[in-house]
Amino acid sequence: MVELVANSVSDQVSGRHLEGVDLRIIDLQCVTSIMPYKGQDEVVSNLLLKAHGVKFPEPNRVIMSGLVRALWFSRRQVFLIGVTPDPGLTKHAALVDQSDAWVVIELEGPRVLEVLCRLVPIDLRTSQFRQNHTARTQLIHMMVSITRVEKNCFHIMGFRSTAMSLVQHVSRAMSAIVT
Amino acid sequence: MRIVCPICGERDSREFSCRGSAVSLWRPAFEASDDTWNDYVHLRENPAGESSELWHHEAGCSSWLVVLRDTRTHEVIKCELAEEVKSES
Repeated sequence: MVELVANSVSDQVSGRHLEGVDLRIIDLQCVTSIMPYKGQDEVVSNLLLKAHGVKFPEPNRVIMSGLVRALWFSRRQVFLIGVTPDPGLTKHAALVDQSDAWVVIELEGPRVLEVLCRLVPIDLRTSQFRQNHTARTQLIHMMVSITRVEKNCFHIMGFRSTAMSLVQHVSRAMSAIVT
Repeated sequence: MRIVCPICGERDSREFSCRGSAVSLWRPAFEASDDTWNDYVHLRENPAGESSELWHHEAGCSSWLVVLRDTRTHEVIKCELAEEVKSES
């Protein structure tokens, strides 16, 4: 029987530091997508609040409570991050373990917007996209989820299978702002 | 071209893909005539003006949208969730 060995993203790609912006690979531990069954949105939201301290977020928003995050991810779909979901949720929503499917890079520093505006077709300036705002959009041609976790810090979530391309694109844009 | 997604807000058209005429929302009854089915499957208007189309917010919230746009100017006149357009009918 073949024994499969999980590879960490950090083994394949490394972070990068430049004056004004840092790139790091983040380990989110447990990630689960939650899709409420028809008419169950409110029940699911209440259960999430009771069990994990976060309710079902509005579109384009993330709700954080300590290390737990409820990240809006798509229409009536939320990613619960940083905690194993309460089993009671399975009666009211479809739950899928996504832990191995996604990679998160953290981009931080005073020049972070200069990097992202070369890659992303939405307006990420503070006036339009504040802390705890999130968006599903593109990074070059890749489908990503982008969240502003602090004023100068963004989390970019992309497919685990294309993590190296994601880091390559961001890294190239980082180089462009220092040359 | 910019499309205002009812869920995500105003976005660049590169995030969307177009499926074609929104006529595919109005599938004929199973027992409809061959002519009606032929019309539904194969025949499309080619308007120089307002065109109602199905678009998918592929790189965004994954919603199916009914977009009314002007083929002469690329002006996007209206954009609604396909689910709502269908349930209102």
